[in-house]
Amino acid sequence: MERAGLPTAHICSIIPISKTVGANRIVPSVAIPHPLGDPAKTPEQEKAIRRRLVETALKALETDISEQQVFEVGPD
Amino acid sequence: MAKVHVVHYLNQFFGGLGGEEKADLGPQWFDGPKGPGQLLQTLAPDIEIVGTVTAGDNYMAENTDAAVDEVVGLIEKNAGAEIDLLLAGPAFNAGRYGMACGAVCQAVQERLEKPAITALYPENPAVDIYRKAVTIVRAGSDVMGMRDAVGGMVAVAKKLVEEQAIDPATDGTISRGLRQNTFAESTGAQRAIDMLMRKLRGDAFETEYAMPVFSRVPPAPPVKDLSSATVALVTSGGIVPRGNPDRIESASASKYGEYSLKGLERLTPESHQTVHGGYDPTYANQDPNRVLPLDVMRDLEREGRIGRLADTYFATVGNATSVERAEQFGREIAGKLINFGALAVILTST
Amino acid sequence: MPLVLHKHAVAEVGIGTGSGFQQGRLTIDREALVSYVRSQVSRVTDVRVGIARPGEATRIVCVKDVIQPRVKKEGAEAGDGILCVLENVAVVTCGPIVGFQEGIIDMSGPGAEHTPFSQFPLIVLEIDVVEGLDPHLHEEAVREAGLAAAGFVAEVCRDTEPDEIEMVALTEISTEADLPRIAYVYPVLCQGLLHDTYVFGRNAKEGLPITVAPEVVMDNGVVSGNCVSACDKNTTYHHQNNPVIAELLRGHGSRWNFVGIVLTPAPTRLAEKENAAKAAIEQVVQLKAEGAIVSKEGFGNPDADMMMIVRGLEQAGIRTVGLTDEFAGTDGGSQSLADTTPEADAIVSTGNANERIELPAMKTIFGPLPDVTRLAGGYPHSLRDDGTMEVELQAIIGSTNELGFGRLTCREV
Repeated sequence: MERAGLPTAHICSIIPISKTVGANRIVPSVAIPHPLGDPAKTPEQEKAIRRRLVETALKALETDISEQQVFEVGPD
Repeated sequence: MAKVHVVHYLNQFFGGLGGEEKADLGPQWFDGPKGPGQLLQTLAPDIEIVGTVTAGDNYMAENTDAAVDEVVGLIEKNAGAEIDLLLAGPAFNAGRYGMACGAVCQAVQERLEKPAITALYPENPAVDIYRKAVTIVRAGSDVMGMRDAVGGMVAVAKKLVEEQAIDPATDGTISRGLRQNTFAESTGAQRAIDMLMRKLRGDAFETEYAMPVFSRVPPAPPVKDLSSATVALVTSGGIVPRGNPDRIESASASKYGEYSLKGLERLTPESHQTVHGGYDPTYANQDPNRVLPLDVMRDLEREGRIGRLADTYFATVGNATSVERAEQFGREIAGKLINFGALAVILTST
Repeated sequence: MPLVLHKHAVAEVGIGTGSGFQQGRLTIDREALVSYVRSQVSRVTDVRVGIARPGEATRIVCVKDVIQPRVKKEGAEAGDGILCVLENVAVVTCGPIVGFQEGIIDMSGPGAEHTPFSQFPLIVLEIDVVEGLDPHLHEEAVREAGLAAAGFVAEVCRDTEPDEIEMVALTEISTEADLPRIAYVYPVLCQGLLHDTYVFGRNAKEGLPITVAPEVVMDNGVVSGNCVSACDKNTTYHHQNNPVIAELLRGHGSRWNFVGIVLTPAPTRLAEKENAAKAAIEQVVQLKAEGAIVSKEGFGNPDADMMMIVRGLEQAGIRTVGLTDEFAGTDGGSQSLADTTPEADAIVSTGNANERIELPAMKTIFGPLPDVTRLAGGYPHSLRDDGTMEVELQAIIGSTNELGFGRLTCREV
């Protein structure tokens, strides 16, 4: 999709794989079975985590990059 | 073994019709062997060249698809059901000729369902394009290598007709770059320890899988202002409408689905599920937003952080799905998203 | 104290009245086995027991685990005492699909060549559980039922003379022997439902990496709760008969010095993966190893664990060989791994799991056949009306085992 000109934020857990397969805008997520959630937290906390991940992804989509970059999610 | 009936493809030069000045000649049929075909015939009396198709290098290069149709048409008309195999070339390091040989071989395999062989110099540009689809015998860079190349084609031809496996290491073919299963003499554990002992002693060892090089993509330019842009969601985490209407496979997915988000505020266990077979599905099934964050995207849409969320999302299963197929999905999905007017994508993976 | 294996070779298995074992003939009392399993696992409602023999036109589907019957005769500690082992037989659990990744065993035909479990008789348990059971509890019930059945079966040889006695103990080798020091890094999956492994009775999420001796692993130390794709899930049988450990023990003291096993987890969070790899590498360094074999379970995210471990060991000066299978697409034309590293320059391939195989119809079927279309490696059109099937090797139990149990490999053509 990036090749076609669509900036694409890849939210995924295992960053080394994302880098290996060539994603450009990478956002580290929570865990493989629940990348954008955490069953150990309350639903409200989970949604807050999810929102921070998506906001980081949006920031990645707005950022000019020249090579692969990992966009870390900020603290609470 | 019964005689092998072969059709031979040659360019205008090796077909004896002339040099560069005849490169515009269209495909023609001749009964029996011509040029290198005569050598081939003497090397292998059990091969019978029933006919030869010749065509000019420029004619083939300029309008390849139609020209290949003509070649295949001539073969069908004149040799029909008789043909066991197609041989093309050798084309050595000749670029246009090599491309024509590759294209004709591939077309004969696909449309006439007969094996086909060409012979090329490893650096011929046609090698990269056709090596996966077509059996290519390793040839020298020019006509000095004719005898070896033709001999190699004969040996491989017999194996192909008898449906034997071709091994580049012993058959002199160019590797197709395909991984093929075979049983080794010893178990994987034994081979691993043998390899480790060699490595520790400093002896030569051969890895059974050389690390591949993945392609890199230049980053797409950013979208400076998402508040007026359409953003789309794509996932390889297998989130589909409950019941899996497209029957996407839990592993080695052969397809992706496109599903409407219209009127949906969030995903629920009643509306959506995961079909991904590579992770514990409990959490995604309890709350599919944990993989496809629709609830948050709707909030951000309402707040004006993004212009709007695309009405359609795309989903497939990344589990054991080959890189090649994933690239194909990516190309197709990108085309559709661009048609929808999406400017940016959030892709979630598990 | 070493572990002493009392091995009993099974030649024949049958159903009869009163369980017993005489002159290689193992008899299973079906009612007694069923009531024992039900008494041990309350959530099991029904168990159908059958025997599948090599060469028969028999197919077992949605296989969850394969377990070698073993019972501890003496000794309470793991890796110590006498363990009675029934050889050339296994207990197989199957039944309705729980996840996606349970597999197929064919006892004859082309599928049989791709699973080690077609080579000896199998005691097959089709297990039903109470309706509406949560998937985690369903998996647990089936796992416990299999272990209970294997224990029950093994009881028959407790008081019989063994055919063979084998001592397993990792003896110290004098450093003067000047043999290369080799360690084994043994990753196990711990990723939630149908992806968990149990080490010494505890979920492998806790307490790993840990350095252990082979006799401890062989003493039923590792149990599969795991249904990653059938081809490269390590069943309990594989753990009980780990071929890397067996081979390393065979040459210990003569060709190399086997210095120990580091059991390490393959979890789901990146930070956990990084921490586990780091700790495992440290433990291999502690063992003063010069070389290490790194095996694997599963594919995709475990590729990342393997590459981290291989890279770290090589950077610490420890030479490695990794065992992995490949997912190169049905035509073999795609890249095989999700993660790579240049340090992984010595890889043993255990085959392309995407390669398709045509399987004939079978006369006897254990388990719910239509579920094969939902297995990892199956397709919606996998099962035809006449009972023939086309699946990927991925769906066959143990076909590309990454402990190196089989002989399958991949070459470039």
